[in-house]
This record gives sequence, C-alpha cells and structure tokens, in this order.
Amino acid sequence: MLKYLFAKNEDIPAGSAAIFWGFSSIVWFVIGTGLGSFNAAKLAFPDFVTGNEMFAFGHMRQVHVHAVIFGWISMAFGMAMMYITPALGNTKLWSEKLGIWNAFLWNVGLSLGLTLLWIGMTSGREYSDFPWFIDLYIAVFMAVPLAINVWMTVLTRRTQGIYTTNWFFAAGVFMVAIVFIVGNLPEWFHLTGLTEAYLTWWFAHNVLGLWITPVAAAIAYYTIPKVTGNPLYSHRIGHLHFWSVVVFYSTPAAHHLMSAPLPEWLKSFASVEGVLILVPAIAFVSNIMLTMQGKWNMFVENLEVRFTITGVLLAIPLNMQGGFQQTRAINWYVHGTGWIVAHAHLALLGFSTFLEGAAVYLGLQTLMKRKLYSLTLGNMHFWMLLIGFSIYWTSMTIAGLIQGAGKIYEVPYIDVVIAEHPYMIARWLGGTMVFISNVIWLYNMWMTAREGTVVPAGRLPHEIAYER
Amino acid sequence: MAFREYKVGARMFGFSLGTSMCITLLFPSFDIAASVSTDVALDKQLSAGWDAGFQLKDPLLLGWNKPLKVLVKNDPVTNQPLAEPIYAYVYKPGTSMPNGATHTDSLGEGVKQLSIEQGKVKEAKEASGAVFLINKSGKLPYMENASATRGWTPGDVLKGVADEDISHVGAGKTMFVREGCWWCHTLLPEQTQDWQVFGAPPMLGDFNGESPTAFGSDRKGPDLLHVGSRNASREWMMLHFFNPRLVQPHSIMPRFDYLWGDKDASGQKIDFDKWRAEYNDYREGKNPSPPDVPVPAKDSEARKLIDFILSLK
Repeated sequence: MLKYLFAKNEDIPAGSAAIFWGFSSIVWFVIGTGLGSFNAAKLAFPDFVTGNEMFAFGHMRQVHVHAVIFGWISMAFGMAMMYITPALGNTKLWSEKLGIWNAFLWNVGLSLGLTLLWIGMTSGREYSDFPWFIDLYIAVFMAVPLAINVWMTVLTRRTQGIYTTNWFFAAGVFMVAIVFIVGNLPEWFHLTGLTEAYLTWWFAHNVLGLWITPVAAAIAYYTIPKVTGNPLYSHRIGHLHFWSVVVFYSTPAAHHLMSAPLPEWLKSFASVEGVLILVPAIAFVSNIMLTMQGKWNMFVENLEVRFTITGVLLAIPLNMQGGFQQTRAINWYVHGTGWIVAHAHLALLGFSTFLEGAAVYLGLQTLMKRKLYSLTLGNMHFWMLLIGFSIYWTSMTIAGLIQGAGKIYEVPYIDVVIAEHPYMIARWLGGTMVFISNVIWLYNMWMTAREGTVVPAGRLPHEIAYER
Repeated sequence: MAFREYKVGARMFGFSLGTSMCITLLFPSFDIAASVSTDVALDKQLSAGWDAGFQLKDPLLLGWNKPLKVLVKNDPVTNQPLAEPIYAYVYKPGTSMPNGATHTDSLGEGVKQLSIEQGKVKEAKEASGAVFLINKSGKLPYMENASATRGWTPGDVLKGVADEDISHVGAGKTMFVREGCWWCHTLLPEQTQDWQVFGAPPMLGDFNGESPTAFGSDRKGPDLLHVGSRNASREWMMLHFFNPRLVQPHSIMPRFDYLWGDKDASGQKIDFDKWRAEYNDYREGKNPSPPDVPVPAKDSEARKLIDFILSLK
C-alpha cells in the first residue's frame, strides 16, 4: 500500500484506498478489543499485572475506547465510504491517492495519540481525552481529507439522484467535523467550569448521534439491497430517518449530566428529545426489515446479510434503552452504573460493529475480487462475536442493576463491588471471546487477500459463496 | 447537483442543525454564563491553578505549573500570629495565574467586581507570582490578591510554614487526572438518595474556572466529591493507595505503589520486590501481618495525590 503514497493518482488501482482502510480497521479492532479484554481482566482480578504505571487501568482504559472508536469504527466507516460512495455514484473515488494518504495519516496520528494517552497525556475530558494538538491533527489530517474525498465523489457522481446511503455519508462527514471542532472548544480556548463539562458531553453525545449511528445505518441501506437484490423498501422512510436523526439526535446532549447543575429546562428538553430518537430508530429498522421481504433465507445463508441484520436487530434494544434510560424516571436508577457500560457496548460492539463488519467483509471481497478464504472461519467470527458480546452485555446489565439497587438503597459501596465480582469475570470472558474472534477475522481476511479464490469478472462474491 | 430538491434540502439541513445548535449551545450558554462563583469554586480553581489536564507548561502531567495551598498562621509581613489561620494559595513566580484572575468574567456578576476592585486580582502578574486568599467577609465571596492588598509575597508566605501545612492540591489533581482515578470514581453525587451516602450534589457556581471538571461517568468505586469529610486519615489513604487490599480486602482498585517513587520519607530506597514478596506471604497465611507501608517522600506523587483527595471536603 505504501508504494502508492508517491504514485500518480491514475496509476493507483481503484479500490486500493478502501482496502487500506479496511485492513487498518481490522487491525485496530484486534488491538482495541485486546485492550478491552486486558482491562476487563484487571477489573475482575485487580492484582493482574500490578504495580506498573504503564499497565495501570487508568492509563489503558481510554486507549481501549479511542482505539475502538477512532481505529475500528471510524476506519471501517472510511473503508465503507471509499468503497460504497463511488459505487453508488457510478463513478470512481475522487482521489485514490488522497484516500491512501488519509488512511496513512489516520494510522500515524492515531498511533501517536494513543501512545500519548497511554503515558498519561490527557485533557481529562471523557471521549475528548486527546490533548488539543492531537485534536488539531485529527481535524486537519484525518476528518477533513475524508470529508473532501466523500463530498467530491458525491459531487462528481454520474447518476442523477443521490442514494440514501450517500446522504448519510456526506452529512456524516460534515456533521462530525462540526461536532469535533465545537466539542473541543474547551481545549482550543480553555473554556472552564460547567461550560467545559457540558461541552464534553455535548461532544460525546453528538459524536455518537451524528457520526457513528447514522453512518453505520447508512451501511445497512447499501448492503441489504445490494446483496439481497431487493430494492430499498421505501425512499420516503429513509427521508424520515435522515431528517429525524438531524433534528432529534443532535439535541439531547444534556441527558448525560442529569445530576449536574445545568439549567433544568435544558435537562427536561434533552430528556424529551432523547425519547424522540425512537423516530429515526423505528424508521431505520422497519425500512431494512421490510427490504428483506422474501429474502429472509439469506439471513441464514449469507454472512454479510447475517451481520447486517444482526446489527439492525440489535438497534431495537439499543434504541429502546437509549430512548428511555435517559428519562429522569429511569436515569436516577441506572446512571453511572454498569448498565450504561453495557448500553455503550450494545451501541458500538453490537449495533454498529455488526454493520461495519458486513461492509468490511463485502467491500474487501468485492474490491480484491477474491472469495472469502474460509466461510467456516467467517461463521466462527460471527458466532464468537455475537456470543461474546451477549455474555458481556448480559453480565454488565445485571451488574448495573445491582449497582443501581445499591445506590438507591444506600448499600455500602464495597458490598456492591463484592456482588458484582462474578459478573466482572463473565464480562472478561465475553470480551476475551470477542478479541479471539477478531484475531480469527484478521487471519481470515489476510488469507483471503493472499489465497482467496478469484471472483470471475461480472460476478459478486456472495453469489459464489457456496460454490467450490 | 442540478436538482432543485437538493437546494431545498441543503437549506433545510442548515436550518435544522443551526436550530439544534442554538437550543443546545447558545441558549444554555446564557444560563451558564450567569452563574456566580461560590467559595467552593474559588477554592477549587485557586488550588488547582490554570489547568489540571494537559497544558504546554505541564505536558506530561507531572504536576508542574501548579500553586500550593498553604495554611498560614502568622502574618508573613509582620510575623505576628493571625487572629485565625487562613488558607493562602501561593503562585510562585512563573506559575500561570488562575482563570478567575485572567478571565474575570468567568467569576460571575458581583464576584467579578469585588475581585477586581477589592481583591485587585488584575494586578497579579505571572512573572512576580502572587498569593491569593478567598475573602468571605461580605455577602459574596471574592478572590483577593494578597500580594497587592496585604503585601504578601510567595517567598514570605512559604518561609515560615511547616511542611504539613502545605498542601499540593493542584499537583494532586493532575495525578488524579493522569492516573485516571475518574474512570471509576465520580466527582458528582447524584440528585437521588446518593447524597445521603456521598454528600450533597454540587451547586450551580461550584465549578467556575475549574478545568477539567472530571465529573466521571462510570462508577466502579464510591463518589469522591466529599471524601475528605468522610475520611480525613492520611495514614489510611497512604495504606489504601499503596495496596487497597491492605485496608479493604474486597477492593478492586489498582495498587498505586508506583507513585511512591524510588525513596521513602526517610530517604531509604523502597524495595518493591521485597515488599510484594512479603505481602504475598501474608496473603497466603505465612506471615501474621503485612509488611509496613513506606511513608511517601515529601515531594512524591503519592503525597500530592493524597493531598488532593484529603482536600475534597
């Protein structure tokens, strides 16, 4: 890949950038989930690797979070954008060279940023932990080049209209740039006090609502019609999804700080708007489910469809939780407990990871024109990922409910810690299973690139998945 | 892009996102800007200094560029005993001034005017350093630049002070941020039964000038906003940071023994391997008691972190 950094744009084979992004994302997923498994082990067994600053929980927790968000999820998004945006515009990527440089600079910047976080250089703001010069790098060398490439590809498309997926991609890269720059205002201009606290959570909420959720959903709008051959059930419901994301998902940031002395009107407003995220959620899930009509056999037979539909089905509990857990009636019980940790993993490891997994599987096979090396390993990856995640989610939800009860009934905190211990072990086992499944995935994709059966011209990988 | 619907759509998009930004950013900013500093906020920002997270003057979060919180018993100028000991916040020359002194608007109406007119905070200069006090004589507390109002210089204040009256709260908060204490301990009791265990939730105006606020979101240990009121024992903190299982066998907190550095308070080299071996013997029942925990040195990071934790009243 690196040889293309200084090649002429015309000489770079189409799809090279997407392949670079795709493999980078899988590697970051392995690193991120490995760190997650390590951290979970420390919560279950506090004397596991002890007395060393570099391996202390407080130094590694944020590295896990940022490796997964910026490395896995966002690079898988980059991969999906480099691959799907031109495909839907019936054109080439605007600049393969920019795409390759972007992925290269993304990997370099993220490695640097994570190293600094690891040694303790942090702004002390959750989800915007990077010091401001790393934020500047992210904005200039990571976010903006991606946005330019996506926008220019959409603008130079050779189709008349723009398909749903590309609305979300184009809006997503635009919104994340705004959210990132505004959300880091406390670091750019050293804003302090409640402003800093509120903007921290304004960023944390909107980066999920306006970047991860809509872009992940956009992938399903592509993979399901593409692989099943069914046209999207309704363009109009797609419109409803898009506009309700922009309107409803951009407003409830304050529901993360229900106990902080923010204005009460803002908390009430955020709480009501938070329930309204059910509008885009229901629009999205129903649209994809109805697109599957007559093709449900593919949910069983086809790996990409299975990944996508699992992600879409996980969006149902995700949004039911997300819509209601932030209302005052429920928030007082679950806030700050393992329930929220389970919810965050349902969003990132459940819902969005399965959708991105589908895009990376489909995209890498299509662009490399090679059939998946081993469907068995693919199935193993799917099931270990799903079972590992389920163990994680169930144990953390139970731990969270215990913690909530302990909070409300004023149980001494140490008794909560004791009661949570078995669930911490279960969480570690689930997380480790996820990590192992990703190692298998990396191996499988690597072997696909090297030894996968060549897909004949004019055919798609999923059509020949069961042919020998 | 010739479609008319995209022109309409682009305008709708701008309008939607703009409205959302107005409601979630612009409107709350008026409310937040109207908050007036309480004495809690003044204490927090004066003791933590300009920033406790990453800053150019403390890039590795080692606790540089931080003030000292000092209990002053004698007037540093006349050397006569004060009627009542007071806390002074000592900014040595070159230390960045607190936010309230450089950005007085952040103090809020009333406190801002008092701090400028009575407290002369604008006269505080980084080059010469300054000593700040919190003046609570009137209805509103304000920040007083004692270097201007009483002629107290950082050097004079620190001259006659015993080490136990010096508190490294600012550097300790930096340790709190760097070591990720806030990943498991919140600094925000909730507006629920929580306050019966962890104390009152913070009030509007308790954070002005503080950065980062480090509320935390995911609790795996108790809330710490008022921990110094529940447990003020330096010895307990020392044991607990060195190895939490010494005082709480079921704790899942990591050991922070590495914050002790190489040497203990008496200048002896700390033999961690020996300590761990003896501790393991104790845990396996071979020893009746655990080994003694070394007392942290005066300038160790452990001492600074404990100073910060004990300051959380």
